[in-house]
Amino acid sequence: MAKKIFQRPKYLKKAVFHYCPGCGHSILHRLVAEVLEELDIGERTIGIPPAGCAVLAYNYFDVDMGEAPHGRGAAVATGVKRTLPDRIVFSYQGDGDIAAIGTAETIHAANRGENITVIFVNNGCYGMTGGQMAPTTLIGQNSTTTPGGRDVKRDAAPIDLSEMLAIARGSVYIERTAISSPKNIRRTKRALTKAFKTQMAGLGFSLIEVLSPCPVNWKMSPVDAAKWIDDTMTQTFPLKVIKDEVGKLD
Amino acid sequence: MAKKEGLIVIDRELCKGCYLCIAACPNKLIIISDELNQMGYYPAEYTEADSRTGDRVCNGCATCALVCPDLAIEVYRE
Ligand code: SF4
Ligand code: SF4
Ligand code: SF4
Repeated sequence: MAKKIFQRPKYLKKAVFHYCPGCGHSILHRLVAEVLEELDIGERTIGIPPAGCAVLAYNYFDVDMGEAPHGRGAAVATGVKRTLPDRIVFSYQGDGDIAAIGTAETIHAANRGENITVIFVNNGCYGMTGGQMAPTTLIGQNSTTTPGGRDVKRDAAPIDLSEMLAIARGSVYIERTAISSPKNIRRTKRALTKAFKTQMAGLGFSLIEVLSPCPVNWKMSPVDAAKWIDDTMTQTFPLKVIKDEVGKLD
Repeated sequence: MAKKEGLIVIDRELCKGCYLCIAACPNKLIIISDELNQMGYYPAEYTEADSRTGDRVCNGCATCALVCPDLAIEVYRE
């Protein structure tokens, strides 16, 4: 008898994603749902979606979900976690959300060492509004507001938010991964697992930055977008464990 | 003669035609359908493994499903 070995995870509703073909959000949603199922925490998890392409994430995750004003995911997650400390709380935020309008909230949540997990989706642009420059846009990268490419003198250099958050005293686990190949997808799932375990153990602020394809705004095929992450984006945002004060967790 | 170990089922109505699965399958078992689905994409289509010659046999590795953004692929293994 053939056995089904891969199917939709329990905490993802049977709904068609509104995301574009090849979008990294779709894969990342699935990984988060798989991790919640494997750690058996879905029934006590509360997710906080952002403003941006993932604003409707509550239509997909079959766990309790809230919603944060633009950039305020870590602040809302702080409130939820402090009120309901036995819940597992994660915010899910894009780069425009977390690294521009929400910078202050994010840095202070990390510095306070809030026991939450932040999932930071870095696709180097404002996806939902049509591909404008974000703080994370690479030098030379085209966007609708940097035709001809981002210029350091005019537009500043990309922001290394995860490295900045690693300096914050309260953060304990920060890793940058990518959705660009089977290997990197598996690595992202391992990092998510560790981040949620960090929170389950009550150890403090964890954040996973995920380099994620936005093929439509990058004007690339999904296959080329994945390759561009590996060849180009990782030059500016290298994949690595940025901070680990957690060590091995069971 | 290689044994057929795996099998996938693609839900053509969930597929958005990103073709990440085609690039990922080590055994080149997935092709582009020449008929549109309801959403207006040319979905991915699974071609049966050739278990007679041992060529292009699905081993149930699930790499296609791992990279599929839209959960259009289910994988079965013997
Ligand atoms: S615009 Fe980009 S990030 Fe937004 S859904 Fe489309 S591919 Fe995904
Ligand atoms: S399970 Fe592996 S071999 Fe089978 S179709 Fe998918 S990628 Fe190809
Ligand atoms: S990866 Fe999924 S959505 Fe993309 S072409 Fe293959 S089956 Fe369709």
